[in-house]
Amino acid sequence: MKITLTLNRKRRTVDVSPLERLLDTLRGALGLTGTKEGCGEGECGACTVLLDGKPVNSCLVPTAQCSGAAITTIEGLAPRGKLHKLQRAFLECGGAQCGICTPGMILAASALPDRPTREQIRTGLAGNLCRCTGYEKIYDAVGVALGTKK
Amino acid sequence: MKSPVRQFELLRPRTLREALTMLHNESGLVPLAGGTDLLVLMNAGTLPRGTHRFLDLWGLDELRSIRRTLIGRRPQLVFGALTTFTDCISSRTVLRDLPILAQAAREVGGPQIQNRGTLGGNIGNASPAADSLPVLRAADTELVLSSVAGERRIPLADYFTGYRTSVRRSDELITAIEVLVPPGKQSFRKVGTRAAQAISKVVLAAIGKRIALGSVAPTVVRATSVERYLAAGGSEFETARELLTDDIHPIDDIRSTAAYRLRVAQNLLGQLPTFQR
Amino acid sequence: MKCVGKNVLRAEGEDKVTGRAKYIDDLSFPGMIYGHTVRSSVARGRILSVARDPAFDWGGFTLVDHRAIPPGGRNIVAMIVEDQPFLAVDEVRHREEPILLIAHADPERLAEAVAHIEVHYAPEPAVLDLEHATTVLKELTISKGDLEQGFAQADRVVEGSYFTGAQEQLYIEPNGVIAVPGVDGKSITVYGSMQCPYYVQRALRLLLGLDETQVRVVQTTTGGGFGGKEEYPSILAGHAALLACAAGRPVKMVYDRLEDLVATTKRHPARIRHRTGVQRDGTLVAMEIEVDLDGGAYVTLSPVVLSRASIHATGPYRAPHVRVRGRVLQTNTPPTGAFRGFGAPQSQFGIELHMDRIAEELGIDPVALRQKNLYASGDVTATGQRLDGSVSAHEVLERALQRHVKKKRPKKKDGLLRGTGVATFFHGSGFTGGGEVKLASRAGIELTPRNVRLLVGSTEIGQGTRTMHAQIVADTLAIPYEWVETADPDTARVPDSGPTVASRTCMVVGRILQRAALDLQQALGPYRTPDEFRRRSRKLLAKRPALQFIAQYDRPGDIRWDDATYQGDAYGAYAWGCNIADVEVDPITYQARCTRLTAVIDIGKAIHPLLACGQIEGGSLQAVGWALYEEVVMRDGRMANGQLTNYIIPTTLDTPEILVELVENPYPHGPFGAKGVGECPVDGPAAAILNAIRQATGVRLNAIPATPEKIMQAMDAR
Ligand SMILES: Cc1cc2nc3c(=O)[nH]c(=O)nc-3n(C[C@H](O)[C@H](O)[C@H](O)COP(=O)(O)OP(=O)(O)OC[C@H]3O[C@@H](n4cnc5c(N)ncnc54)[C@H](O)[C@@H]3O)c2cc1C
Ligand code: FES
Ligand code: FES
Repeated sequence: MKITLTLNRKRRTVDVSPLERLLDTLRGALGLTGTKEGCGEGECGACTVLLDGKPVNSCLVPTAQCSGAAITTIEGLAPRGKLHKLQRAFLECGGAQCGICTPGMILAASALPDRPTREQIRTGLAGNLCRCTGYEKIYDAVGVALGTKK
Repeated sequence: MKSPVRQFELLRPRTLREALTMLHNESGLVPLAGGTDLLVLMNAGTLPRGTHRFLDLWGLDELRSIRRTLIGRRPQLVFGALTTFTDCISSRTVLRDLPILAQAAREVGGPQIQNRGTLGGNIGNASPAADSLPVLRAADTELVLSSVAGERRIPLADYFTGYRTSVRRSDELITAIEVLVPPGKQSFRKVGTRAAQAISKVVLAAIGKRIALGSVAPTVVRATSVERYLAAGGSEFETARELLTDDIHPIDDIRSTAAYRLRVAQNLLGQLPTFQR
Repeated sequence: MKCVGKNVLRAEGEDKVTGRAKYIDDLSFPGMIYGHTVRSSVARGRILSVARDPAFDWGGFTLVDHRAIPPGGRNIVAMIVEDQPFLAVDEVRHREEPILLIAHADPERLAEAVAHIEVHYAPEPAVLDLEHATTVLKELTISKGDLEQGFAQADRVVEGSYFTGAQEQLYIEPNGVIAVPGVDGKSITVYGSMQCPYYVQRALRLLLGLDETQVRVVQTTTGGGFGGKEEYPSILAGHAALLACAAGRPVKMVYDRLEDLVATTKRHPARIRHRTGVQRDGTLVAMEIEVDLDGGAYVTLSPVVLSRASIHATGPYRAPHVRVRGRVLQTNTPPTGAFRGFGAPQSQFGIELHMDRIAEELGIDPVALRQKNLYASGDVTATGQRLDGSVSAHEVLERALQRHVKKKRPKKKDGLLRGTGVATFFHGSGFTGGGEVKLASRAGIELTPRNVRLLVGSTEIGQGTRTMHAQIVADTLAIPYEWVETADPDTARVPDSGPTVASRTCMVVGRILQRAALDLQQALGPYRTPDEFRRRSRKLLAKRPALQFIAQYDRPGDIRWDDATYQGDAYGAYAWGCNIADVEVDPITYQARCTRLTAVIDIGKAIHPLLACGQIEGGSLQAVGWALYEEVVMRDGRMANGQLTNYIIPTTLDTPEILVELVENPYPHGPFGAKGVGECPVDGPAAAILNAIRQATGVRLNAIPATPEKIMQAMDAR
């Protein structure tokens, strides 16, 4: 079936199988491989994208349900050639090690309020697993990017 | 292995009416809301045999609302089936009248799951570990089941018939959840496998002297014997603790043991204000 | 301009934060098809038949079993012992053992086809856990002094047994490769997520009977490894290569999470027994230790895991009389394998719990007991190694005590039981014993008109290899960090620098690179500024294009090792560490939470402090998971909780505050003094946490994970 959605601020129409996962549509027909699959069960958050501004696991969302919706992936977070403040902070603060959780982590973080407390950061990222960092440098990066007071 | 998606069909009604008609006319249609249960099964290749055709509820905005009325002096909250956990967390009405539902919602999965998981799906999935159920059971909850023939109201207490089974007919949808909030102090405690993204090992919700538990029986249960004892004026924890063994029937599984579930359920019971004097 | 010791930007960091980095599943080749593995469903038995449903349309499928291995090739996974086949022939020794491979252009057809294949077995009795295992795959003994004499000097003998469970590495990117057959039909290229491209190359050569020019292996951006991508990718690459050869097309095989969990390696479950002679004042005089590891169905890397486990089994403590007996036992479960720490976390878990038990029996403070026995410069280890320079056992403990106490929490009245526990540990950097000499690793530098390019087989798997190597070379050459780039790990382009394991990539390979840099400097002649460096390199290049300087490992100083007697210098250098853990136990739910973990570790020199801290924080959290949450539930020889929803690793909300402090006690033969850092952080936290639980609750657990169910049982038994 044909589905029209707004992907990273551009309107796109894709032809998908009715229960195709948004994750597969993004990585396949739409050619954006920045969104990762770590489990396919909603646990790891590596596949996190923003659906109408809210973080969701794209491995659990049928593309067909995104008709008319706005999707943001890691590729669309900042204008081409620029880094979003979260991306810069992850780079500078050591928030990305192997990097496989990073796109999802950054998108989940992008939904946090300004100047989040460390508790808010932890709660906001509770749906994203990272096996490399122990999360500390991720909290630092998010704090730096979003203006958390030390 | 992931189920081949090619085999699946999705019907996309624009209105509830249309949805009910589709359900009526075609057999084997499975309602699909936020997909946080169904897509996990699809990805794991473990959908029940014969599940091929889905009915997409996600677009039915008329099922997305939280309304409050007063019945006598008791507040009644009416949730559309598509109310998400995030909706519960951010609803001022819920925070005021049924704060333990917001608390339960906050402890569901992580933000991504809360943004997609619905109350209707939590009930429809009929898992004994569903976290909203003990809260709804501790209150007076009725489910509105709709079909082309009309609506019927079923008390949540009568909805589940056993492990993952219910009285819902295949041509019916859960359209609303009506929760009459009894007076009394509310409390909720989830004991899961970890602090987030956790399946419950034991959940206890209480409103006044009404006590409901999850993950300790084939369906959510009320601690009927304990409640009867309390209603008759009993207040000894030791007695209540023994009585609880009649009310729940926990099992061993890969996540925990029956012994642990029973003990923790008893301990949670002991934390209720009634026994904390 | 110096960049060593500074937090320069991670070399490949921008690609990772923008999503541009290409992991194996992000790649695709023209004509590529998808492969899948059909695995055994019994723990042990003979294969009677493999049947395909004749009613199913098999058109377009490629199917491969052991008979497809070309003449000249061998059905053996190249490792230490030749016992493991790529594909079962007529028997299976564990659940999920590969039997048949199948590929198709459409992954959905593949899923359909798998349901139409049936394997019939004649099951045989299986041994499913360490408790019942009797077949010994490897045994070794380390002796020092005279144990009997030691026990005779003791005022007291303290005994204890300790158990650790299997642990999944749980890299977030599952294992995956793509095999691309050569047009000549006689060569193959494999791309994939892996730690050791040259291991994979060796395995493919043996499997296919090809030489090194015919097998090319390229590491793609790798989403975590932790040992789980050390030896396993050899098997997966072999499978994809067999399918690719048979189909004549590129074949992608990427495991889904379930397959990755149930079929690939885990940390060895262990049983550690201690019998220790101590004097009244706490002096250790005799240590008798037994280390038993569950190796699973095949030998794989177990002998070397055992050797590291056994050497570390005494902990960082001096004792005149020691005997360690280590064994790997066979069970009919999927082979266990490399996991960060490589046996040392298991054996040091044992000794660190045991030290607290000794302290308690003697009525001595556990910290004081440690202080009394910790290694100091001049002490001799169980293998007879004299520790001179760079011994920081006491210092890390002192600093951890200072650091931890400084952040005291106000007492709360919330009914939670609180305790604090300590663990001290050490970790040998690099391969054990003569391993590095045997490896004879090589790495080098290529001079280009614009910069220098590192040619190194070590892989970036998140730990910061590229960044740290570039820093070492930049400072050695006194040029800017930005001028150093790194060639992709590709066996056709870079030399074999040995595997990316064993905390050797900085200390050992970094040192080789440094020596290559010195060779380059020699060739250039003296220069004073980076610009002059550039002018001189261009001049040199004008004469000789593509200039490479490859250096080889050379044994530093007078390190000696005897494999037959297990005596000598087990490691060139050791990292030293101390953990202090605060734990809260909820008496209502029996859940233990680690709320704060201090980690003080001597790594010689932090080439990149931020990366080093990141290694310590990440490793520490893996150990917290191992201690409290991570349980591989086995049923009939198969992991029963093969989903992330049931195999529990810590989320942000389960994570303690982790306080890291680096100590820099340099090792003269490491680059800028650096020792290993990657594995050491995993050695201590589990014991520190269990010791804290003991203090909080009064119960002594001797097994991990310390799940609430186990804590409840132990509290009941009090
Ligand atoms: C990572 C993860 C973590 C989770 N954590 C928790 C948790 O902590 N606590 C918890 O309780 N749950 C948890 N869940 C389960 C799930 O999110 C909830 O059960 C959620 O409420 C399901 O809602 P949904 O709309 O996504 O359901 P769907 O998957 O769309 O549907 C679930 C079932 O309900 C039926 N259904 C849906 N809507 C209706 C309707 N209106 N009428 C009739 N039948 C209907 C469907 O046919 C299906 O059988 C988790 C899931 C995941 C993947
Ligand atoms: S891949 Fe979607 S949550 Fe893990
Ligand atoms: S950086 Fe590797 S999983 Fe997070």
